[in-house]
Amino acid sequence: MVPDRISREVVIDAPPDVVWSIVTEPRHVARWFSDEAEIDLRPGGAMLLTWHRHGTFQARVETVDPPHTFAFRWLRREHNEPGEGTSTLVEMTLTREGSGTRLRVIESGFQQLSWTEEEQARYADENSEGWVVELDELRAYADGLERT
Amino acid sequence: MTAEGEHADQLWAALADPTRQRLVDLILAADGATATALARDVPITRQGIAKHLAILERVGLVEASRAGREVRFTVRRDRLDLASRYMARVLDQWDQRLATIKHLAETEHDAQR
Repeated sequence: MVPDRISREVVIDAPPDVVWSIVTEPRHVARWFSDEAEIDLRPGGAMLLTWHRHGTFQARVETVDPPHTFAFRWLRREHNEPGEGTSTLVEMTLTREGSGTRLRVIESGFQQLSWTEEEQARYADENSEGWVVELDELRAYADGLERT
Repeated sequence: MTAEGEHADQLWAALADPTRQRLVDLILAADGATATALARDVPITRQGIAKHLAILERVGLVEASRAGREVRFTVRRDRLDLASRYMARVLDQWDQRLATIKHLAETEHDAQR
């Protein structure tokens, strides 16, 4: 019903080294992922991902194996230090296919996403009215997405 | 990511646990159940069930109501629906990102040829 990991893939008519540059270079990442990106491309290296609408999020490079595997741990909370339970792992795998590349992305760790103590306190205090308002906002957003 | 997304990904986290999925399925099938009734169908202690129910209640996936001396839990279908919409949205976002990567890579490759 609800998986802990999701997987998507696409076949690209360009060799793995070209796809690798698109997937890992900040100026490209700022086109396909966030609005701005800073990447220290080595295992343990810091990433800063900024969405103008949502703010800046930290990520940490996990695997750099050009042009095969790029993985990073993506913090799903703003203003949070890297830590367990607040990030998902994104693994991008490039496989040569003919003259092109098969690119697969796996995002995992949804089950481990948990709550900071501050968030737990906030939820404990939250009244049902607060839930309803926020639910309506999200529903409106989801409906908008479905129409486009 | 957004405040809404944060709450929705907690729904996902709550449901990605197999035991909690099972509890939600059982409560749905019975159209409401008590912890005692659930303990008959799930091989964990009542305390364990209570802990999982508390997590499901905290994210708003189930709600509790008094039924005599017991507490009866029902599933909030609107929240369950929200969780699946959020999942669909995450998948859709990756499809869009991969499509953009494909476009950027093929454009770059054409320019190099």
